[in-house]
Amino acid sequence: PDRKTEVVLLACGSFNPITNMHLRLFELARDYLHETGKYKVIKGIISPVGDAYRKKGLISANHRVAMAKLATEDSDWVEVDDWESCQSEWLETLKVLRYHHQKLLSADVTNSLQDAVPITKLGRKRKQEPNRHEPIKKKNQSPVVKSVPQVKLLCGSDMLESFGIPNLWKLEDITEIVEKHGLVCISRAGTNAQKFIYESDVLWRHKNNIHLVEEWITNDISSTKIRRALRRGQSIRYLVPEAVRAYIEGQRLYGPDSEDRNAGLLLAPLQRHGS
Amino acid sequence: MRSRIPVILLACGSFNPITNMHMRLFELARDHMHQTGRYQVVEGIMSPVSDKYGKKGLVSARHRVAMARLALETSDWIRVDPWESQQDTWTETVKVLRHHYNEALRAFQSKEFMRNKHLTESSTEDTLSCQQPVLPELKLLCGADFLQTFKTPNLWKEEDIKEIVEKFGLVCISRAGSDPSQFIQESELLSEFQHNIFLVREWVQNEVSATRIRSALCRGLSVKYLVPDAVIAYIAQHGVYTAESERSNQGRLLQPL
Repeated sequence: PDRKTEVVLLACGSFNPITNMHLRLFELARDYLHETGKYKVIKGIISPVGDAYRKKGLISANHRVAMAKLATEDSDWVEVDDWESCQSEWLETLKVLRYHHQKLLSADVTNSLQDAVPITKLGRKRKQEPNRHEPIKKKNQSPVVKSVPQVKLLCGSDMLESFGIPNLWKLEDITEIVEKHGLVCISRAGTNAQKFIYESDVLWRHKNNIHLVEEWITNDISSTKIRRALRRGQSIRYLVPEAVRAYIEGQRLYGPDSEDRNAGLLLAPLQRHGS
Repeated sequence: MRSRIPVILLACGSFNPITNMHMRLFELARDHMHQTGRYQVVEGIMSPVSDKYGKKGLVSARHRVAMARLALETSDWIRVDPWESQQDTWTETVKVLRHHYNEALRAFQSKEFMRNKHLTESSTEDTLSCQQPVLPELKLLCGADFLQTFKTPNLWKEEDIKEIVEKFGLVCISRAGSDPSQFIQESELLSEFQHNIFLVREWVQNEVSATRIRSALCRGLSVKYLVPDAVIAYIAQHGVYTAESERSNQGRLLQPL
């Protein structure tokens, strides 16, 4: 019986610019989760960070969102969400997770309402357990007990290890992320992700909700290096989707000036948590 | 000002299948040659090896050439040449180089002939200031692992290696962290012609090997963003890589050996 947990993969980051590596993360995560036999990945969401993050070299969210959209044009399951990038202030990752989780639940309720006989109880607090009310009768008449879909944070090991940077993350945020949502962390074989989890009490406690996926086909395309190559007139073909490369060229993005943006300014989370 | 030497880059290999990494080799090599200030890369040629090479898991050249074509559709300077794959027997790399060099020379000479014909007919002042056209050079594009194979006993003939580095030249791309210059120093032959061996460092940590791609495909795993979409579609459509295809040539000795 198909009682797999539905999962949405959410990737937060600068995407400055988006690269083939970012896109690979989704593919690797989906393959991994499907192979466990316990999950069904229904969607991937790319959520570029807002300009208020104030990272050095971060260009306008308009461009970053546009490029991500071009990159996912031909994907039938990964899409771009610009809600986070439209906020005037920087948002903690947890807030973005909560937003998308809430959105998923509302959509779920709407779908259930359309099919349900009888009507489900609205406003009932949904937990991470299968719904206890009557099985919802769907249009095809097969009784289905669905567990609530989950939104999991998709990241590379660099983000996992950034949990250790002072004042970058709030401990209670990290706790809620791994406890209530979950992490899918892609790392190159041989990196320290496992050790990092072992050395953190919070992560260790929720290690069952942290999925470490090993990337055997190393494809480490850092956006920083892409920007550097562009400044030096070097080719970035085959490292980013062709449409993204053409957009960067057409819009003349990533020159020496753009790299200086936010120079000397404190990163938004450091400023907020440091005070 | 001395005009730049036109260079054609030739990559020989299985391309089983072609990956984004193969195409990166060309882009990196071109950037490097341009940055020396002395060269102008005018063309890139991908030459898939013939089926007679006998490598384990090698699928039909028909497929490998077709996939390379699809992958290179968006490139305006790199093309696939099926000549090597169409030969009845396996062809030594040096022979492939000679073939393509002769072709390039012929094209160059007929272009020069047409140019001179036009010039003598129009005979303007400009003809005096025209620069002497420079003969194109053909260089073998490869990864550092290819360079290392020069060491494998019985794989190469000494005189072939000499001709490759002396008459043609090598553009050798190595992974971040590996340094083939020592290997070159340790070889008398290679160090004699090191001026004609161009070492290029790949700045992206990239280990997209065709072997791993095939392995992923056989396991039903995604290779999207590692291999062009058109190639992925072709592989699916024609059922190119299977557990069976992976077993082909098993136990057989490589042709050059």
